[in-house]
Amino acid sequence: MTFINYAAREINCKIVYYGPGLGGKTTNIQWIHEKTRQEAKGRLISLATETDRTLFFDFLPIELGTIRGFRTRFHLYTVPGQVFYDASRKLILKGVDGVVFVADSQEMRRDANVESVQNLKTNLRDNGHDLGTLPYILQLNKRDLPSVLTVEQLVGDMRVGNEQAFEAVATKGIGVFDTLKAIIRLVLNDLRRR
Amino acid sequence: MARTSLVILEQDYERFVAILDRLCADANARFVFLLDKNGQHIASVGDTASVDPTSLASLAAGSVAATEGLAGLVGEQVFTTLFHEGPDESLHLSTVAEKAIVLVSFDERSSLGLVRLRVQQSTPTLAEVVEEVTRRSDTPGQEVLSGTPLDDLTDADIDRLFS
Repeated sequence: MTFINYAAREINCKIVYYGPGLGGKTTNIQWIHEKTRQEAKGRLISLATETDRTLFFDFLPIELGTIRGFRTRFHLYTVPGQVFYDASRKLILKGVDGVVFVADSQEMRRDANVESVQNLKTNLRDNGHDLGTLPYILQLNKRDLPSVLTVEQLVGDMRVGNEQAFEAVATKGIGVFDTLKAIIRLVLNDLRRR
Repeated sequence: MARTSLVILEQDYERFVAILDRLCADANARFVFLLDKNGQHIASVGDTASVDPTSLASLAAGSVAATEGLAGLVGEQVFTTLFHEGPDESLHLSTVAEKAIVLVSFDERSSLGLVRLRVQQSTPTLAEVVEEVTRRSDTPGQEVLSGTPLDDLTDADIDRLFS
């Protein structure tokens, strides 16, 4: 749910990074935080376990600029990828305006990707959304590792329509901002159409 | 369910601030925030200079959402209030009209009993405005919402954001 505040002259949108555990969702957010200029970003909040696995969510607010005098802000969230944190994932999807699915390209993680996409569909449905109509971008992460699936295989597993897919190596920042720009563009276009 | 936008007009904001100001004074609170349950900061009053409103809104919404999840697990429909007690500062959170959260921060100059009482007293008025705003936001084609900054958004506007 986009939040338009006339008093503060702000437009706020919520983007959620979803995907299997250890796929690179937090790494995406950390890279964005690291490379975004100070005045355009807020505090990065990570609710993580002692072993740095996401426990509840990571949160990073960023500000892009103004549209018609309104500051345009995006709240980036990640979900915990581990299967047993499903209740948390469902909560974080509340009020979502767009989803980035961060897939792990390694062959051995194929089932985990597929399971996570199914879980995304279910949790969105429970929140009153449909992945087929929600702004949705695929990121194929870890392209630098051996034994990766082909782009066609990954996209075939996760696409629900004709979504854009970006190859990425989030640890080196490759594809991170391309993905972010693509989802922001989709969210804003979706808002315009509503 | 269609996706909607929550739109706060200046007059809504002023009404919220008036209610929150009164609550803050009556409860002897340090500050009071009104948040959307999805984690958006709507309005705040009091001594907020040292507080990051965006982080606070996100964490408070997460906390309330997790508590609602807990309520469901133990067979309760909802837990409407949350209380965090610290050595110096305490937080009282409660839901308003199932859509918003009112967060009160207070110290030794106040007490949990007083804060609870004042929050309960201000909730009906606050709920009335919250419901009015959400009802209007949920109804497409409302005249009052025409001319939002997104109505005539162009590709060039979006491109400019990334320049």
